[in-house]
Amino acid sequence: MSIDTATVARIARLARLPVDANAAPQIADELTRVLDLAGQLANAPLDGVVPMAHPQAQTLAWRADAVAEPDRANDLLALAPDARSGLYAVPKVLG
Amino acid sequence: MASSIAQLAQDLRARKISAAELAQAALARAGARSELNAFITLDEATALVAAQRADAALATANAPALAGIPFAHKDIFCTNGIRTTCASRMLENFVPPYDAGVVERLRDVHAVSIGKTNMDEFAMGSSNENSHFGAVKNPWDATRVPGGSSGGSAAAVAAGIVPFATGTDTGGSVRQPAAFCGITGLKPTYGRVSRWGMIAYASSLDCAGVLARSAQDCMYALSAMAGHDPRDATSVARGLDNYDAALSSKLSNMKIGVAREYFGAGVDAGVAAAVRDALAQYERLGATLVDISLPNAHLAIPAYYVIAPAEASSNLARYDGVRYGHRCADPQTLEDLYTRSRGEGFGAEVRRRILVGTYALSAGYYDAYYLRAQRARRVIANDFSEAFKQVDLIAGPTAPTVAFKLGEKTADPLAMYAADVNTVAVNLAGLPAISIPAGFSDGLPVGLQLIAPAFAEGPLLAAAHQFQLATDWHTRSPGA
Repeated sequence: MSIDTATVARIARLARLPVDANAAPQIADELTRVLDLAGQLANAPLDGVVPMAHPQAQTLAWRADAVAEPDRANDLLALAPDARSGLYAVPKVLG
Repeated sequence: MASSIAQLAQDLRARKISAAELAQAALARAGARSELNAFITLDEATALVAAQRADAALATANAPALAGIPFAHKDIFCTNGIRTTCASRMLENFVPPYDAGVVERLRDVHAVSIGKTNMDEFAMGSSNENSHFGAVKNPWDATRVPGGSSGGSAAAVAAGIVPFATGTDTGGSVRQPAAFCGITGLKPTYGRVSRWGMIAYASSLDCAGVLARSAQDCMYALSAMAGHDPRDATSVARGLDNYDAALSSKLSNMKIGVAREYFGAGVDAGVAAAVRDALAQYERLGATLVDISLPNAHLAIPAYYVIAPAEASSNLARYDGVRYGHRCADPQTLEDLYTRSRGEGFGAEVRRRILVGTYALSAGYYDAYYLRAQRARRVIANDFSEAFKQVDLIAGPTAPTVAFKLGEKTADPLAMYAADVNTVAVNLAGLPAISIPAGFSDGLPVGLQLIAPAFAEGPLLAAAHQFQLATDWHTRSPGA
């Protein structure tokens, strides 16, 4: 599997990461090598094996449908790079 | 600080020393060894308040074992009011409004945290060279890496700054730095210790652990850290074993499987020889060695480097510059805010893993990469289950080499990933494992890894402790 710079640009867009055009060939090469490593799984006899998502065969725990957390909106908003009127502030989305 | 936790606890109770004095001494040592770069944040004020509380607790009967013992937290555990960076520019100024479950539990037993240790950014790395705050140096040789990602915790313990430190282990990040720094590192069973408030990298693999001088010291820390936490949905509701009582179990009748795959190509001869000598010591202590095979071990690195980046790409999507963390200057649009904030906030290895994970999860590739890696995970876990029908523990070298040179592998991500060849399978299967000092190769420490069935931390710690009663590798320390 060889990753080209167009694929790097597409993946970077999905991941919301910037890719400098000058760096793209090197990133493409590194991703190719990592995915070649993953490609070793292609030849392993794994067809029909049940995928394992998690180490413990657990079912999700149930809890009472009750408010357990205190209202800490102000503490959380205080962490924001920009917050106004009790809301997170971001650049204008609609023109 | 060469004293064991047991010795310090005794001295504290005999009033030979106070918790405040121990904390001040640890802070002074941390300051004196600043060239190691083991800490991101030292917090004297908070430590001294905690020490005073510990001294008050020690004046009463039945103070917990860790009361007054100084330690350090890996900077991945959220600490209320104390900056928690995950060694990333993204969280350089993040001050959590709450404590992680592990932080609460250690505070509740009056252990005294002196600060937050350096690490690979978001725990992604095997050398501690991926930190926004600079690389950590190995106390045994300042030109070498301490291992990663819990490299600051390992260096702080090995240099005698604190008797123990917390760490996290997603693919070997407690065990490998413990091996490289000549100390003991315990990764418990997945689900045994709460992940609540532990900044996520790969959630189905992430596991809180402990780095200390000995298995006995790890036991004290685990006894305080372990237990059910309903705030972590993967925390297991299961009673705690008495790990202290378990330590005295003898090794006679114990069968130790020696996995031939763990001595494969890439394992240095000096490392293999030290581990073989340690296994011979186990035989002298009454254990029986059994040659075993883990036939799918070769799939562990490929599976890990799909599953971990895939989960990371999802977990790290939360860092968008909106709610907390780094925001770029003067964003023009929402997309610009996301993209530039993430590009500026994340280092190269974090960006690489996010891209790999995004690719593996993207339309058309999910089955070929992520789902296939999960199938590999199943056969790797099954190998362990089969082996544990024959043996009680599985042994091998923790890492294929001793600590390598700073900069030696930074240009080649795949060479760095190979450092995890003997540790990642344990995370994929969710098992407990420990790395203990087992000798030296070229003057640098070698770690022996012991792996146990799920929730068998008691027998695992006992096997490590009995070895340490009979050997003195764990007592060796580097010169200042």
